[in-house]
Amino acid sequence: MTAPFLSIQNLGVTFTGGTRPVRAVNDVSLDVAEGEAVALIGESGSGKSVTMRAVMRLNPENRSKLEGKIMVGGRDVMGLNTRALSAFRGAEAAMIFQEPLLALDPVYTLGDQIVETIRRHEPISKEAARARALDLFDRVRIPSAKSRLDNYPHEMSGGMRQRAMIALALSCRPKLLLADEPTTALDATVQIQVLLLLRELQRDLGLSIIFVTHDIGAAVEVADRIAVMYAGQIVEQATARDLIRTPRHPYTLGLLKSRAHDAMVKGSKLDAIPGAPPDLANLPEGCPFAPRCFLADAGCRTGSIGIAQISEGHQARCRRLDQTALRDAG
Amino acid sequence: MADIAIATPPVEPVRSAGYWQNVGKRLIRDKTAMAAAAVLALITLAAIFAPIVAPMDPLQGRLINRLQPIGSEGHILGTDELGRDMLSRLIWGGRLSLLMGVTPVVLAFFIGSAIGIIAGYAGGWTNTLIMRTVDIFYAFPSVLLAVALSGALGAGLGNALLSLTVVFIPPIARVAESVTTRLRSSDFIEAARASGAGALTIVRVHVLGNVLGPIFVYATSLIAVSMILASGLSFLGLGVRPPNPEWGLMLNTLRTAIYAQPWVAALPGAMIFLVSISFNLLSDGLRSAMEVRQ
Amino acid sequence: MSTENAILTVRNLRKYFPIKGGILGKTIKNVHAVDGVDLEVFQGETLGVVGESGCGKSTTARLLMQLIEPDEGALYFEGKLVGSPELPLKAFRRQVQMVFQDSYSSLNPRLTIEDNIAFGARVHGTPAREALSRTHDLLTRVGLDPARFAGRYPHELSGGQRQRVNIARALALRPKIIILDEAVSALDKSVEAQVLNLLADLKAEFGLTYVFISHDLNVVRFVSDRVMVMYLGKVAEIGDAEALYATPLHPYSGALLSSMPSMDPDNRTMEPALTGDPPNPIDPPTGCRFHTRCSVVGAVCSQKEPTLTQRAAKHLVACHAHDPASGYVALKAKEAAE
Repeated sequence: MTAPFLSIQNLGVTFTGGTRPVRAVNDVSLDVAEGEAVALIGESGSGKSVTMRAVMRLNPENRSKLEGKIMVGGRDVMGLNTRALSAFRGAEAAMIFQEPLLALDPVYTLGDQIVETIRRHEPISKEAARARALDLFDRVRIPSAKSRLDNYPHEMSGGMRQRAMIALALSCRPKLLLADEPTTALDATVQIQVLLLLRELQRDLGLSIIFVTHDIGAAVEVADRIAVMYAGQIVEQATARDLIRTPRHPYTLGLLKSRAHDAMVKGSKLDAIPGAPPDLANLPEGCPFAPRCFLADAGCRTGSIGIAQISEGHQARCRRLDQTALRDAG
Repeated sequence: MADIAIATPPVEPVRSAGYWQNVGKRLIRDKTAMAAAAVLALITLAAIFAPIVAPMDPLQGRLINRLQPIGSEGHILGTDELGRDMLSRLIWGGRLSLLMGVTPVVLAFFIGSAIGIIAGYAGGWTNTLIMRTVDIFYAFPSVLLAVALSGALGAGLGNALLSLTVVFIPPIARVAESVTTRLRSSDFIEAARASGAGALTIVRVHVLGNVLGPIFVYATSLIAVSMILASGLSFLGLGVRPPNPEWGLMLNTLRTAIYAQPWVAALPGAMIFLVSISFNLLSDGLRSAMEVRQ
Repeated sequence: MSTENAILTVRNLRKYFPIKGGILGKTIKNVHAVDGVDLEVFQGETLGVVGESGCGKSTTARLLMQLIEPDEGALYFEGKLVGSPELPLKAFRRQVQMVFQDSYSSLNPRLTIEDNIAFGARVHGTPAREALSRTHDLLTRVGLDPARFAGRYPHELSGGQRQRVNIARALALRPKIIILDEAVSALDKSVEAQVLNLLADLKAEFGLTYVFISHDLNVVRFVSDRVMVMYLGKVAEIGDAEALYATPLHPYSGALLSSMPSMDPDNRTMEPALTGDPPNPIDPPTGCRFHTRCSVVGAVCSQKEPTLTQRAAKHLVACHAHDPASGYVALKAKEAAE
C-alpha cells in the first residue's frame, strides 16, 4: 500500500486567545489517499472546520497551539516557512468556503481573480492564464463561460458563484481540495448540482477532497469515506457504506436515528440524543460523549478512550462497541 | 426537556448580571478610561467647590501683580493681565467651561435621540422628511453654524448654549436614526409587533434599551467638541463676557501677553485640551466596554 | 387533522417589493415576492411550506402574521376578515404567533429571558405577577428550569435553549396558530430532533395549528399533514404530505424531491434533476414561471399562466400538463403522433 496523500497524525489544536484555553481538536488522526474524497461530519463546534483549516495552517497562529503532524504529498506542513506556505496554499492544496461572496474579491472580475492567482504561482503570460481560466469555467460547467469571466461576483447567482469559487480554487492545479460546507447555503436543486460537480472533479482530475459538512446526506453523495467528529475527536470513521449501514459508535447511531427520514411513521417521536455537546473549554473526563450516551458506564468517565479497530478501515473511539454490535444484530 | 434531563437538585434561582453591570465592570478594568475619569472628576469637583478650593477671588486682582510667572510666591500658576490669580481663575473658569461643554450635548442628546428614534422607527416618508430637514443643518460646518446662530441671537451665555445645542442635534439625530433603523428589522422587534404591541410600547421596552447606549457613546465624544466650540464663541466675544472666568475667554484676553508670559497664556488652552482629551478617552473606553456580545 | 375547518383563509395575496432608483426615488422594478396566493390552513393541521430562496415562503409567513401589509388580498381568521371591526388587528395578533430562524436576533438582548417571554402578555394587559407565573410555567413546559433560566440573558443560552425560549414566547399569548419560519434549521441535528419532539408535544397539548416553513424536505415530510410547494411567489402544488411526496404532480415538486441527497452510498444521485439556479423574482418568466427549467415544457407554458386547480383528492396543482383544457395535452399528443 502506498503512503496516503494527506496524513494527519495525532493533531491537537488549542485556542489560547480567550480567558480559558479551548481544546478544539484533540488527537485526530486521518488519512486521505490520492483521489479519495473523505467527509468530515459533525455539529457546530465539533472541530471539523478547525481540523481542515489546520491542514492549510489557516488557524490564527498566535492564538492557537498546534500539536501532532500533518503530511501532504510527503511534506511536513507544520514545518513550512512563510514563503513555502504561500506556495503550498493554492498550488498543493486549495480551499472553498460556504459563502463565496465573502471569499471572492468584490472589486475584481472573476476572470481577473483567476488570472492573478495563476500568475502568482506560475510564470506564464496573461493570455495563457486567461485561456486556462476559460477552461476552468467550462470545467465547472458555467454556461457561456467566456462572457461570465468578465462578471463581478455580485452579478452571479448563488450556485454560479460557488462554481466560480471552485474554478478559482482549481486554478493552480492543486491535488487536494478542502471544502468547508460548500453547499450549505445553496438551494436544494442547486446543492445537488454542486455535489455532483465535486464528485466529477474528483474522478476526472484525481483530486483528493476533504469535505466538511453537517449534512450526512451531502456527505454520502460525495464521500468515499466518512469521519464523524464530536467535541474535537473523530469518534468513528469508515467507508460511507459501512458508516451508514453498520454504524458502531453510539453518537453515530444516535445521529442517524435522530434524523427525520422517509420511512418515518407520522406522529412517532424522533429518537433524539438527550443533552447538548460539552463546553470545549471544560471537557468532561473520559469520553466527551459519555454524559449523553445511553451505554456509558463508570469506565467511560475516566481516563482517555482508545481507538478500536472494528474491521478493515472501520474504527471507533468507544469502549462499549460490544454493546453496539449486539444492538445491531438484535 | 432533554437539555436538562440530567436530574439536578433544586437550585438557587440564577440571576445574571445585567448588560450595564457588565459594561461597568469592563470599564473599571480599563486603566486609560479610569485615569481620564479621575481627571474629569477632579476638575469637576474643583469647579463645584470653587469657593472653598480656590485660594483667591478670581475677579479681584492688583495691577501691580500683573503677569507674574508660574511659580511666583502666592500665585502658583502666576497672574493674568489684570493681576488676578490664574489658579483661582482656572478653577472658577471650570464652572462655565464645563457647563458650556456638557449642557448643549445633554440637551442635544435628548432632542436628537428623540428625533432620530422617531425617524428611524417610523421609516418611510416620516423618515425622509425628518432626515432631509436634519441634513440642511448638517450641510453647514459646525463652527460656522455656531458662530452664525450666536451672532444672530446676540451675545450671552444662554444664546451660546442654545446655538451649540442646535449644532449638536443633527449629528446625534443621524446616529440615532441609523442605529434605530438597523434595530427595527430585528426579529425581536417583529416578534413584539406580532404580539400586538403598539409603537410606543415597542420603542419604550425594546428600542430604547438597545439604541441609547451607542448614541450615548457618540454624545460623550461630542463634549470635547462642544467645549472647544464654546471656548471659540467666548474667544470671539459671543459667549461668556468678561470679567467672568471661562477658559476660552481667558485664552482670548491673555493672547496679548503671549510674548511676555507664554506659559501663563497657554494655561487655559492646556485645560481645554486636558478636559476634552479626557472626555474622548472616556468615550473610547465606554465604546470598547460596550462592544461585547450581548 | 381533526376537522376540515379552515382556521385561516387567504385569498389572492400579493406583495411586490419596489426597487427604487433615480434621483426622485421612482419605482423602477418590483420584486414579485408573493404573487396571488390562495390558501387554506385547516384547524389542527401542520401545513408544511417548501420552496427555494426567492419563492416567497418567508414573505408569505410575514403576510399571514400581518407584519407587512399586502398589496392585495384578504385574510380571514375563523371566517372573520382580519382588520374588520369584527376582528381588529390586535385581537388577531394574539391568535397567530411566530418562531423565527435566528434564535438570537429574535430575543431582545437587553431583557432577561422571563421579560422577553412576559412582554406579550403584559401588552395585552395581564398583571405583572400573573404574567410572570405564566412565564415560569411555560419555561417548565418547554423544558427549561425557570430557576436556572428565567433570570438570564439570551446570549448565555445555547441555540437549542434559545429556540425553546422563542417557542415559550410564542405560546405566551395562547395563540391558535404558530408559524415556524425555518425554526429548527439553524440547530444541530441532535438538538433539532429534541425541538421537533417538543413541538409535537405542544401541538397535542394546546391543540395548535402549525404552518411549518423549511427547506429541509425530510423534516417537512415528517411533521406535515399537508405540504405546499412554492415557486417564484406562486403556489405550484398543495396536497396531503404523503401523496405529494409519493406522487408529486407538478414537475417542479418532482425535481425538488429528487434533489434530496440520497442516503444510500450504493445508490447515489447520478444526474441533477434541474440545471442552473432559480430565476430572479424581479423579472419572473412569463406564463408558467417554471417553464424555463421544466423538463416537460410545452408550447402553451410560456404563454399562459396555469391556475391552481384540484386534480386529485385534496391535491391541487398549477400545471398545464394536468389541465386537459390548456391545449398542452392535445399538443403533446400531436407531437407524439408525428
